[in-house]
Amino acid sequence: MSTVYALLFIVATVVLVIGLARKIAQYARTPAPLKIPTTPAPVTQTGVVMRMFREVVFFESLFKSTKWTWVFGWLFHMALFVVLLRHLRYFMDPVWLPIQLIQPIGVYAGFAMLAGLAGLLVRRIFVDRVRYISAPSDYLWLLVLLLIGISGLMMKFVSHTDIVMVKQFFTGLMGFSIGTLPVDFPLIIHLTLVALLMILFPFSKLLHVPGIFFSPSRNQVDNPREKRHLAEWAKAMEE
Amino acid sequence: MAKAEFDVPELQEYVDVPELVEGTMAHLSPFVAKPDHNIPLGFPGELVDDWHDKALEKLDDLRSRYRSLQVYLDACVKCGACTDKCHYYLSTKDPKNMPVGRQDLLRKVYRRYNTFAGKYFPWLVGAKDLTRETLDEWYSYYHQCSQCRRCSVFCPYGIDTAEISMAAREILDSVGYGQKYCNEIIAKVHEKGNNLGLPGPAILDTLEGLEEDVEEETGVAVKYPLDVKGAEILLVTPSADFFAEPHVDGLIGYGKVFHEAGVSWTLSTTASEAGNFGMFIGSYENMRRVALRIRQAALELGVKRIVFGECGHAWRVAYAFLNTLAGPFDFLDPRYPVPQHICEYTYDLIQQGKLKFDKSANDDMTLTFHDSCNVARATRMGDKPGGQFDIPRAVIKAVCNNYVDMDHETIGEKTFCCGGGGGLLTDDLMEIRVKGALPRMTALQNVIKDEGVTHMAAICAICKSQFTKVLPYYGMDMDQIVSVHQLVSNAIVLTGQNTDEDEDDANGDA
Repeated sequence: MSTVYALLFIVATVVLVIGLARKIAQYARTPAPLKIPTTPAPVTQTGVVMRMFREVVFFESLFKSTKWTWVFGWLFHMALFVVLLRHLRYFMDPVWLPIQLIQPIGVYAGFAMLAGLAGLLVRRIFVDRVRYISAPSDYLWLLVLLLIGISGLMMKFVSHTDIVMVKQFFTGLMGFSIGTLPVDFPLIIHLTLVALLMILFPFSKLLHVPGIFFSPSRNQVDNPREKRHLAEWAKAMEE
Repeated sequence: MAKAEFDVPELQEYVDVPELVEGTMAHLSPFVAKPDHNIPLGFPGELVDDWHDKALEKLDDLRSRYRSLQVYLDACVKCGACTDKCHYYLSTKDPKNMPVGRQDLLRKVYRRYNTFAGKYFPWLVGAKDLTRETLDEWYSYYHQCSQCRRCSVFCPYGIDTAEISMAAREILDSVGYGQKYCNEIIAKVHEKGNNLGLPGPAILDTLEGLEEDVEEETGVAVKYPLDVKGAEILLVTPSADFFAEPHVDGLIGYGKVFHEAGVSWTLSTTASEAGNFGMFIGSYENMRRVALRIRQAALELGVKRIVFGECGHAWRVAYAFLNTLAGPFDFLDPRYPVPQHICEYTYDLIQQGKLKFDKSANDDMTLTFHDSCNVARATRMGDKPGGQFDIPRAVIKAVCNNYVDMDHETIGEKTFCCGGGGGLLTDDLMEIRVKGALPRMTALQNVIKDEGVTHMAAICAICKSQFTKVLPYYGMDMDQIVSVHQLVSNAIVLTGQNTDEDEDDANGDA
């Protein structure tokens, strides 16, 4: 069992890293032949960094759009971020002080994450427009994330898992030595779904994570009159 | 009220987000381009036999050339933020007119043929085969998008449906299934120099007529020059400015401003069109060809500056793309941006105190301003972000005493399209044009009722033509739409102009 999970996580990590690297390379390689920032847009590179920061950290555009989706979506993402930070303690020894300090917050974040996901799921089911655009995979992603969250919290509040053993397993795995994983039902669910998420990440709509940084309508400087912008394939037309 | 073969929406106080009703606009498609329209643009004359493979090849080609397309096809999470933002959805209830619904028509084919999940689990991710029905659906719904970019403001990833609909139209063109309106017009530009196919002598005749009219009215010999070598400024303006109301009143205004500035300027026969429909069909090659005419004209006439007249999508191509498509413009005067908008030009003169106005000349009107979609969300005027909103308003307020804005949720970056942009300004699409105008008409009606607004000013040839046609469907008057430089023209006091007293004297003598 432990060996199976060790292999699963090695495969999942490789797929995630290589898959994402390939997509990022594709985005970076593909030229943006025209200046198309959605205006009003920053006129300096610093301004673009600020715009991207507001977009990634505060979901500025979504906030303009619909407050409920923003509330649930932002809550989920920020909580997930804190939860991920909290999980770093399973991969390091000794544990960095900041990671130690956020441990209690991380538990609340787990509940906040579930609340956000539940809100998004309700919205997907009950708003007719959102229901119309939803494929089965859109519901399944929410269910996967909900189950990851629920199984995670169960290990804390319902049936305690030997977390020291889990940590030994993962720190060991990072040195390519396969240890023993406690066989607890919530843990197995939790780890299986996390591995699934990692494997599917580069083939799914989770590509919005790298995608936003490459979105020309958000990452371009508004300076087409001042600076000539020319893609390689367009340059070829001039020769 | 104009007669319609479809139900014209009734104006309410607000535009409520409707519950969706599938297929309400499935019947509407524009006329298909004929070989005469397609071949001059480099497209197959009619639908090719192997359209299925050719379309998929073109999709691959475009994904490798446009980062926007590749990222936008991947990044959508179906959050629904855009679903209530399109004027065409709000007025037709058709879910395929929701921005994401429109994108998904292409995205589901992309997923089917180009993604792991779509190849092996199409039912899971909503991937669909490319069939003849899909192709027809693309033709229908990608010609119900005015490429106004309103959805891109609200998308958390900045996904711009305009980019998707441009790509889809290019795919359709590449298999010989293009739209008559756009392709016929582009062929005319390639051949004659403007969208309307007006020959040089006709333009000259119009301009001479304008000179006579202005001199008769003001007593000042304002010139409207054509093809004058060595002029300082080349004015590139939409061809509608040469004959249509209220466009032509704007052209009269540009001429008066140049006259008062004491600058030499000229129009060009070969570049007698600001509009560039190459953008509407997503064709870089055609857009470039159309843009190069302007460079050519500037070189031949030896001008030092290029100024664009009032036109929305045209200003996008001019502001954002001209330098890319037809630059570098190192042969022009480096002290000025290339190109400049006529509103920037007039605004600068106002700032310098070089123009004199009698604002009371516009006292018979209370104005509001319609932010044209592509000016608002794809361009800028002046140095600062948002200048595209401030500068035209500053010009209007300098020449009018009575001005109020419409509901702030419907102007600025959130402005609603007129309903006729992006290659939809054709009679065969009248139904979607009339319906798409609903949000703007609602906001306009509210300021008419509450603030006593009588006229709406715009700086786009498409907006002006569209509103002229559509206002009557909503019980308003076609001449309630005016050009910004028409207002300038009304108020400007030309040096040596007949005053009212002179006119009274003249009348007394008679």
